[in-house]
Amino acid sequence: MNLFAYTILAGIMYGIFFGLVGLGLNIIFGVLKMINLAHGDFIMLGSFLAFWLYDLLGFNPLLVIPVAVVVFFLVGVPLYYLFVPRLLKSKDPEMLSFILFFGVSQVIEAVIIFSFGNNQRSIPSNVFGAAGFDIFGQRFPSAWLVTTLVSLAAFAFVYWYLHHTRMGYATRAVMANRDEAMMSGIDVDRISAFVFSMGLALAAIAGVFSFFIIGAASPSMGPELTTLSFAIIVLGSLGSPLGTVLGGLIYGVAIMFMQSYFSSWADILPYILLIAVMLFKPEGLVGKAARSA
Amino acid sequence: MLKKYFPSLGVILAIVAIFIGLPHFYDNQSFLFNLMLYLALAEGLNIIYGFTGYLPFGYVGFFGAGAYGGAIAITLLHISPLLGVLVGGVVAVLTGVILIPLLRLSGAYFAIANLAASQALYLVVANPSLEKITQGPYGIDLSSVYNANAGYFAMLGVLVFAMALVAYLRNSNFGLSLLAIKEDRVTASLAGVNVIRARSIAWMLSAFVAGMSGAVFGWYTAVFYPSTVFSLDVSVFTIVFVLFGGIASVAGPLIGALILYSMYNFIGISTPQYFQLFYGLLIVLLVLFLPDGVVSLLKKGKVYVP
Repeated sequence: MNLFAYTILAGIMYGIFFGLVGLGLNIIFGVLKMINLAHGDFIMLGSFLAFWLYDLLGFNPLLVIPVAVVVFFLVGVPLYYLFVPRLLKSKDPEMLSFILFFGVSQVIEAVIIFSFGNNQRSIPSNVFGAAGFDIFGQRFPSAWLVTTLVSLAAFAFVYWYLHHTRMGYATRAVMANRDEAMMSGIDVDRISAFVFSMGLALAAIAGVFSFFIIGAASPSMGPELTTLSFAIIVLGSLGSPLGTVLGGLIYGVAIMFMQSYFSSWADILPYILLIAVMLFKPEGLVGKAARSA
Repeated sequence: MLKKYFPSLGVILAIVAIFIGLPHFYDNQSFLFNLMLYLALAEGLNIIYGFTGYLPFGYVGFFGAGAYGGAIAITLLHISPLLGVLVGGVVAVLTGVILIPLLRLSGAYFAIANLAASQALYLVVANPSLEKITQGPYGIDLSSVYNANAGYFAMLGVLVFAMALVAYLRNSNFGLSLLAIKEDRVTASLAGVNVIRARSIAWMLSAFVAGMSGAVFGWYTAVFYPSTVFSLDVSVFTIVFVLFGGIASVAGPLIGALILYSMYNFIGISTPQYFQLFYGLLIVLLVLFLPDGVVSLLKKGKVYVP
């Protein structure tokens, strides 16, 4: 019973974090209808930013969040204007963007290996104190609590942005229909560039805290994280940012149970979940059909 | 009627002549073998991606399935390696049959689901609990049937088969109906194309080529690990070669693989990151400026591309 309770609670905390892992990919998909295949690599960049700031300047991971937001807006806006308008005009934006972001992912990975070497990096999980905390008689590391709270805050922010700001209204209009949003006078490119950068920044924030949940960061972890994030967002619902948290929770609890009871097969879970959901419930658990052939 | 096949036939004969003649002047057989391997894989991927538009990111799954299928048949059933190559192809086709439902997904969703499928297959094959059959993560040892020259010519055979398939698709009504599906599935089916049957056949042919290539690779290398034959790099390289050369022709993927793999071998093999960077940038630039590959330049110059 003890293991069971531990598994459920840890699964919920993991799940909320995994929601954050998929969130950036999902809001970019919502606005651009493009899959950012370099998503996992932006998570990895966040991890390396956090590691670097911690190692050199002793930054607390929480302080890395504002840095990540600034950095990834500075990266995201030019990246958007460089690639996306051109892609949207092409013959097959969906497929071409997919291949293009794959190229971006290769470039990021190579550049990070050049600058940091192909090694694993980590931040000790006692940066938030070694004490740990108790829930229902189970003891968990403090880093998990901090990670869960940060992830919840990110979701709260996205909710507030989408439902309580003017730009958020415009964003939802672009999500619903890009052309009609443009005709009603919304500066679609400005909104898209903003949301694109926000997606990258959210990926990076997930990267900052990935040390405490996923473990050490390595330059080549990107593609695996992209597939995982994709599994999570299809589970929740493509293009519906807040559905991501549901996908994350299901994945988190499932992976915890696999690790507790069938550990040698746990790695295979995201792939099987992804294929199963795509084939049998392609519209996700909440949301509308978007992708049948 | 057969006249339209002549240009494609010319290309195939030229490739055969190159790979029979070159070993007499150039003694790095393993480079030539790998070059043929990637030429065959590029043509195999061309069958499904070039003609139907389904981008198989998990193409390496067929390659690995073929390598393991062939190797297990050779070691457990004691069949001859050549027959093992055929078994490898069949195992890959069976894998393809299991994955046929994925063809219901479109565009990027198919690509990602296929990637997931190949990773799932890798994790099954490499799982320590299956050690009795697949040796788990410890790899396969085929050194008892090792024969480099036979493997070399088997690879040439697979390559010729792959090129002949593409030549057939390039010049036949069946190939045309695949291109129609790629252009517009609904219109194609209204025009009388059996969409589901046609795309499934293309998918299985493509799997067959990759499976046989994997089995020959296993035979030629003699010792391999699941991480080698299920490495995502195999998919990536093949996709880049095909994109660079140009899809839906016999010559395009050959040109792409010949140029890029030779470059990789002469410059990049010691520091793969340089090449990863180069490939990444190349992909970005291709998508933005030359989405139809190098052969589109020839087509612009009114040159017929077989």
